[in-house]
Amino acid sequence: MDILSNIPPHLFRMIIAVAVVLGFVFANATVMGYLERKLAGRFQRRLGPMEVGWHGILQMPVDGIKLIAKQLIVPDNVAGILFYVAPLIAMSPVALPFLVIPFAPGLQVIDLDVGAIFVLTMISFNTVAVFLAGWSSNNNYAMIGAMRAVAQNIAYEIPILLSVLAIGLMTNTFSMKGIIEAQKSIWFIIVQPAAFIMMFICSIAETNRAPFDLPEAESELTAGFHTEYSGIAFSLFMIAEYTYMFVNCCLVATLFLGGWKGIPLPFGDYSSCIWFFAKVYFLMFVIVWCRWTFPRVRFDQLMNFAWKYLIPFSLVNLLITAILVKLL
Amino acid sequence: MKKYFSDLVTGAKSLVAGFIVTFKALLSPVVTVQYPREKLPVGKGYRGHPILILEDDTGRPKCIACGSCMRLCPSQCITVQGEKKEGDKRKYPTVFQVDFTRCSLCGTCSEVCPVAALEYSDVYGLAGFTREEFQYDLLADLPGLVETGFKPVSAD
Amino acid sequence: MTPQAVSKPIHYRYFINMGPQHPSTHGVLRLVVGLYGEYVLSLEPVIGYGHRMQELMAERRPWPAFLPNTARMDYACGLPHQHCYLLAIEKMLGIAVAQRGEYLRVITTEINRIVSHLLWLGANLLDLGAFTPILYCFDDRENFLDILEDVTGSRLTHCWYRAGGVLNDVPADFADRLRAVIKRMYGRFEIYKNLVTDNIIFQKRTKDIGIITPDLARRYGATGPVLRGSGIAYDIRKSMPYSIYPQLDFDIPVGEQGDCFDRYIVHIEEMRQSLRIIEQCIDRLPEGEVRTKLPKKMTLPPGDCTFSVEGARGEVTYYLVGDGSDVPYRLKVRAPCFSNLSLLPELCEDMLLADMIATMGSLDLVIPEVDR
Ligand code: SF4
Ligand code: SF4
Repeated sequence: MDILSNIPPHLFRMIIAVAVVLGFVFANATVMGYLERKLAGRFQRRLGPMEVGWHGILQMPVDGIKLIAKQLIVPDNVAGILFYVAPLIAMSPVALPFLVIPFAPGLQVIDLDVGAIFVLTMISFNTVAVFLAGWSSNNNYAMIGAMRAVAQNIAYEIPILLSVLAIGLMTNTFSMKGIIEAQKSIWFIIVQPAAFIMMFICSIAETNRAPFDLPEAESELTAGFHTEYSGIAFSLFMIAEYTYMFVNCCLVATLFLGGWKGIPLPFGDYSSCIWFFAKVYFLMFVIVWCRWTFPRVRFDQLMNFAWKYLIPFSLVNLLITAILVKLL
Repeated sequence: MKKYFSDLVTGAKSLVAGFIVTFKALLSPVVTVQYPREKLPVGKGYRGHPILILEDDTGRPKCIACGSCMRLCPSQCITVQGEKKEGDKRKYPTVFQVDFTRCSLCGTCSEVCPVAALEYSDVYGLAGFTREEFQYDLLADLPGLVETGFKPVSAD
Repeated sequence: MTPQAVSKPIHYRYFINMGPQHPSTHGVLRLVVGLYGEYVLSLEPVIGYGHRMQELMAERRPWPAFLPNTARMDYACGLPHQHCYLLAIEKMLGIAVAQRGEYLRVITTEINRIVSHLLWLGANLLDLGAFTPILYCFDDRENFLDILEDVTGSRLTHCWYRAGGVLNDVPADFADRLRAVIKRMYGRFEIYKNLVTDNIIFQKRTKDIGIITPDLARRYGATGPVLRGSGIAYDIRKSMPYSIYPQLDFDIPVGEQGDCFDRYIVHIEEMRQSLRIIEQCIDRLPEGEVRTKLPKKMTLPPGDCTFSVEGARGEVTYYLVGDGSDVPYRLKVRAPCFSNLSLLPELCEDMLLADMIATMGSLDLVIPEVDR
């Protein structure tokens, strides 16, 4: 008991949180992997995985075991340590945003003043990982994929930030909890529809999902930046991708869809996290829906779209918000 | 400037139309079957590997070992030998081998057979590990194949 | 948006080897692509991985024995090849074809064309990164293939035409089943329109991309939808009519400027026209024999003979030389894909990598046909 009382409760909470979060990261990747394959099947009028378990429900765990058991093939001439580090960099920062995400009232590890900004910062680590992976693989396809990823993520981070800023102007805080509290009367999706749409589009681009999946465009670049990765290294990238998707959707749900807010549920405070997850998984569903509907855009069109449409629009949006906030 | 905005509107509309198509697909029934468990019936005219037809009354092959199929097979994958045994009215085949690795399922053999003794099975999805597995001895396989539910379809 | 031509510091060029197992080279084509950034500076197709000496095989065996091979030239659309070979043989030997047989040949050829175009549609969209349309295409394709399977005995490598007609008559419910499938197919175009044609991303990816000028197309001898996409209404079915095509009413769709989008539109329109042709043929399908009786052994007279038909990818020509025996002395096949592929290097200079893939996809290449 002595030791426990010496540990600051704050730290203790953090450790538990990290364990839970890491567990959740894997669980989310499993669920999303399964849902994505199932949905892809249904969008294409087939059944998707059906063999392992009831309606293929065990497909993803089995795949995971297979990927872990697989030999990690490392080609000659890769840039040594960086090649191994890249999947880890993709994977590790992904846990941190969970610390500031409010799943329900009181179900938040720590409420930072700059919560939203912190999430965005952590998300952008993905770029570093993708670039390292592509560059260290010593493969032309991977290199092109890496270059694309960097240019794309830089371009798309600007409109995201500008949209978040518009929210910040209205709420006077970047604390995730504060933003949700500010949506007591009305969700920001109604006040700021343009910012919502732009932010959502950017999240898709930011997570390299189709139709913006240029870094891994398989008809052009075979597998893009992870061409040379196999086994668990490859699956780390995949898990990271699903987690970034989840975090991005959390951010959008918090900023625009009122986070945990919804019709009050009769099982105590924590139960309103059901609303939160419902919103987040709905957004993820839309992202999956996008992927299985549209062709891929071309690289310069992607950049054009960011610089000619999204950035001017979000600037105008920010300006209007600022003026209105000042006047009202 | 006008084009700039009209592009945006038409573009958004077209994307929504795409969304609707796939969403309808999501709600409509699937068109595939779970293959090894459910199988669709094979088309009536489907040509699997060649098989021999039996005479109804005697249960022996109709083939008279004339060798036309062997000669005219484009892939030269049929080997027929026959002899007239004591007490038989005609020649019966003693060897009837098909090298299925080379068969192109062209339909020539049953077409040229003067007594319509060759037909095609409806067996598909054949796989094996060695080439030898596909050296079919039609005389040996004969009863087995008939029992798999093969119903001959007249070639003409 | 056409990417501007870049200045070409040749020594910065780096190479990627696309294929023979690249996802978008459809078969065993290898492209040696020299890139500067993402711009294609040079492109060199390497062919021959699927070479099977088809023409030599024809010169070693009696002519009927080559029939199964013809369908294996172009695995996606084999029947026009078989049709062409037989028409050449029939012309040489002076065989009259049974009317019903000829109608059935045309019906199945057109079904095969639709099947092939649907395959192209799906594969081309896969190159553009749309995963779903190919499954819808395969759904439609299955319906047609089921009919073909019932009639010809196989789904892909058909061997059903015979000198003087076809092997056997069609099942009794053939016409009704075909009508039902055609009706369904007309309805499906709406889906493709909403999902693909009107889609802004698809349009941006294909409009003004990979423009084949009529001059370029002519110089390389491109045929088929590639040529018609450039606005030249050249279709063997109309310009050198054969078989029963002169009696049928159909149009030749052409594009305007020859970009990938025009080629897409031409493909879609051709499917409609093929449906029209099939409908007319089933309405007029004559009764009677499907095949004329021929003597057992027919030798090819000395002399030569050329015949062209319109395959799904362009002009298929068989050139046949006989020397008095029943083994052809020489057989030469003109496969449309070879010419269509050969214009790719000139077309793709200074293009973005992604556009190069889109353009190559729109050419509808079937590599076994190139390699033979
Ligand atoms: S189907 Fe053709 S290739 Fe096969 S055995 Fe008969 S004749 Fe020979
Ligand atoms: S052609 Fe018919 S009868 Fe002659 S050997 Fe072949 S199967 Fe027997």
